[in-house]
Amino acid sequence: MIPRHLLFGVSVLLVAVLGMSLYAWHMRGRVAAIPRPSNPSAADTRALAPTFTGPTERATLFVAFDEDGSLRPRSAQIPLPSGRQQRAEELLSALLTIYLDKTSPHTLASGADVRSVFLVDPGVAVIDLNSAFADGHRSGVLVEDLTITSLIHTLSANIPGVLKVKILVDGKERETLAGHADLTGFYDVTAVNQLSTQLQPVQ
Amino acid sequence: MRWNKILRSSGLQRFVRRIPCRPWLGGPSKNALHEGALRIVPWKSGASAPRKASRIRRGFSPRGCIHRPPARALLICFPILLAAILLLAAAPDKHLSVYSTAANYSLPVVQRDRRDYVGLLEVLEPLGKVTAKFDGQRWRLRYNNRVEGDFFVGKTRIRVQGHDAELPARFLLENGRGLVPISSLASLLPRFLGGPVTVHEDSDRLFIGSIATHFTASLAGDNPPKLVFHFTTPVNPSVSTEPGALRMTFSREPLVAPALPTLTFGSKVIPSATYAETNGGAAITVSSPVPLIASFSADGRTVTISPTSPATTQTVVAPPTPPAPAGIAVAAGPSPISHRYFAVIDASHGGDDRGETLSPTLFEKDVTVALARSLRQELESRGITVLDLRDSDATLSLDQRAYLTNTNRVAVYIALHATASGHGVRLYTALMPYGGDDRGPFHSWTTSQQAFLTLSQSAAADIANEFQKRQIPVRALTAPLRPLNNVTTAALAVEVAPQGSDLMQLTAPDYQQLVTSAVATAIAADRDRLGAPR
Repeated sequence: MIPRHLLFGVSVLLVAVLGMSLYAWHMRGRVAAIPRPSNPSAADTRALAPTFTGPTERATLFVAFDEDGSLRPRSAQIPLPSGRQQRAEELLSALLTIYLDKTSPHTLASGADVRSVFLVDPGVAVIDLNSAFADGHRSGVLVEDLTITSLIHTLSANIPGVLKVKILVDGKERETLAGHADLTGFYDVTAVNQLSTQLQPVQ
Repeated sequence: MRWNKILRSSGLQRFVRRIPCRPWLGGPSKNALHEGALRIVPWKSGASAPRKASRIRRGFSPRGCIHRPPARALLICFPILLAAILLLAAAPDKHLSVYSTAANYSLPVVQRDRRDYVGLLEVLEPLGKVTAKFDGQRWRLRYNNRVEGDFFVGKTRIRVQGHDAELPARFLLENGRGLVPISSLASLLPRFLGGPVTVHEDSDRLFIGSIATHFTASLAGDNPPKLVFHFTTPVNPSVSTEPGALRMTFSREPLVAPALPTLTFGSKVIPSATYAETNGGAAITVSSPVPLIASFSADGRTVTISPTSPATTQTVVAPPTPPAPAGIAVAAGPSPISHRYFAVIDASHGGDDRGETLSPTLFEKDVTVALARSLRQELESRGITVLDLRDSDATLSLDQRAYLTNTNRVAVYIALHATASGHGVRLYTALMPYGGDDRGPFHSWTTSQQAFLTLSQSAAADIANEFQKRQIPVRALTAPLRPLNNVTTAALAVEVAPQGSDLMQLTAPDYQQLVTSAVATAIAADRDRLGAPR
């Protein structure tokens, strides 16, 4: 004789299993109905344009030019949020949008992006690049120098109070950007700004 | 019976028994032999006894084939022995030539697992005090009572001074001798010796420290033209002639290759010279359609090759130093290279770090080595002593490069880079990182260059002026380029790009020389200021 409470318990469990199965079947159908890109590798890997859609501000971006190995200021109207950290991220996103364009004077690898920027008091900025940025970067002293200077000088020119900058790749420290530019230490913003002056195009 | 013993002991009996005896060697009749041969079974077969017995009953002793005609065994053994002797005579004993400031010596090379191995103890013994001890599976080597390394038999893992490392192949222990693959020496020996080591694996040559002898070759005179070789140290090659060529073989000199292995001179009498390395030595072959004579001068630093008149028979005037026999350590003669180097040349990248991929077949690491050799020749020809950190495809970390530069207390450090982008030459001094944490007499490693930055920038400006004089496009910049910021002397990097759009100009010796001679001229002119005590 099977106890009554046991029969009751097993029945409840069976009903629960049946219900869960029906629910899983239903969810599977919904997932299958979501459209997907036919070729995942062909997915658009370009950096997203600034997501902030508020009022725009004039900012100065320092754009590298491979042709003559120079760094040139370029004014841009960018929608910038009020928070310093978000401003920094939007600025670098705007800079990368220029570099990822086909007509860019200093091309970066497809998929290159700035994952995030952290502003840590007092005066420390941490730029976290994604691995596509570093892995696909062209190798060479000047070409790496131009990228680093462009990022740091754009940041420091628009975000006051930044004294030193650390560059990470995928949240980790990396020895060099692409074999030359050192990423193990903190960049001195004053020294980078002097280098930026050296990199001004010869008039 | 004696032949039986010999054949049995040598394992040949089985082979001999399978071969039918022939009548003209005194064996049984053809038919009988045929029958007997069919009945013969392999040596050590369990079924052989009854069959042997049956043959004996028939009167065809198997010994009939072996016992009676020793001439047959001789016929078989003789070709085998002859072949073995010929093979042994044909294969030359491989040996590793080791060049160092302490001694030049030669060591036997053994081949295991299709790799060349050498005894590590024998390599280190002439260089310092070495002891080795084996306890079970671990072979412990101690060098100069300072550096200790553990090697594990049959394993690639080693431990030197508490740091793990990997050998490219297994460590072997044979009769107490610890054998390591020759390919491992470039990374292994610096851990014991604390200095740069270069291995020319293809030719079994090992250079410890900056010991290499370089040479330049140039034509002098027109009628008849003479080919003049200038060597950075006295040399004593053996000279031989053959139709169309004169060969100088350097068995004990640490001669290294010029920027290109084949040098062309544009002369019909002496059109070219070729440098090659093989089995622990180097050779320069001068080709010519006419007989040549070699004469030595400047204490063996200059060798002049000139066409000889038909009446001349004496071809060589060599210094009287006898060549070093293999396997015996010989103290090196007085070296003109001072232990206190004035300049360090650093061919950037190397090993797994290929630097910029200039073309699918050309890497930055290869161009920098060629540039370094050229710069070294240019500096040494101006009387400047040079420590070349990398003269092969060795891996050197950035810290090692800075450490070697700082410990040698040189006057100037020059790193060489090459690039496909841009035009001309760029000179870089250190872009100093933020801060630095100097504590009392101890300076921060990351900002060691700080006190020397003005000197570095001044040297870079002087070199830039020299390039401008030669109308080579040049820029002087700062760059976050290690190890410039770790070096405690004047430090700069030279990045060479082609002048035009032709990338192959980077490998052209004349362009390389154009660049390196400008650097060397500026350094030589700046010698007093750079070398001033600080």
